[in-house]
Amino acid sequence: MERILEGPATFYIFGLLISETVINTWIVMALLIGFALIARRRLEMYPGKFQNFVELIIESITNLVTSTMGEERKGFAPYMGTLFLFLAVANMSGIIGLRPPTADINLTAALALLTFSAIHYYGLKKKGFGHIKGLAEPLFLFLPLNIIGELAKPVSLSMRLFGNIFGGAVIMAMIAGAVGIFVPVLPSLYFDLFAGVLQSFIFVMLTMVFITLALE
Amino acid sequence: MEHTAMTVAAFAALGAGIAMIAGLGPGIGQGYAAGKGVEAVGRQPEARGPITLTMLLGQAVAETTGIYALVIAFILIGIVYRVL
Repeated sequence: MERILEGPATFYIFGLLISETVINTWIVMALLIGFALIARRRLEMYPGKFQNFVELIIESITNLVTSTMGEERKGFAPYMGTLFLFLAVANMSGIIGLRPPTADINLTAALALLTFSAIHYYGLKKKGFGHIKGLAEPLFLFLPLNIIGELAKPVSLSMRLFGNIFGGAVIMAMIAGAVGIFVPVLPSLYFDLFAGVLQSFIFVMLTMVFITLALE
Repeated sequence: MEHTAMTVAAFAALGAGIAMIAGLGPGIGQGYAAGKGVEAVGRQPEARGPITLTMLLGQAVAETTGIYALVIAFILIGIVYRVL
């Protein structure tokens, strides 16, 4: 069984490898887009139960973004909300029997690269060359240390998410292989549900904090 | 002594086990953070919600170095898998 650290390979389209990770990502996308399309139907002024639930999600994410990044940065809420919902559903997809797409270093590295690009794009846009000069603060000797620190941010973000979810998937596979019935429920509650939501929350919080620091 | 793929696999398996000694660090660090969290709740029981959230946030960040060691162990086990 090759490619166990990444998603196992399935088939090729136009010469590109479609791994199991890509297929599971499509399934997560279908779930999220389906949920969004259903939520858009018949929006009313006095919300019923389902609309209330959706508004609760939107409100809590917006509150999280404004309390962490400040009121004027409310425009970041759609991206952070998407990131959080996608990561939460992707991490929890172990319950429906999928191999979680975030248990692939390629996906977590891609998301961490998005964060890295956002940090430096907004830093350069706000402060111009001062953003690069900020790497030489407080002393010029600190330049290599600060560069390594900046590189460590996406590495640690991607490794943390990958390690937690992949480690959880390995342990769940071992437990399910040893005792197939009833016993996997409790560890699955922890590894799939709790750790999944917590890790997606951590990823989004750290992204917000890094971008806020770059914008200051 | 002739070194084969089996030697590499043996040392990789050994390395994977030694790498997980790094599980000591996050254990101590996260436990210390949990202790401080419990202390804070004891001092102000009505702030239990935000304190718990902040504690979990800090613990998950402190876990990162342990996860680095885990990924190294996975890579080494993958080598053993490929040889055997």
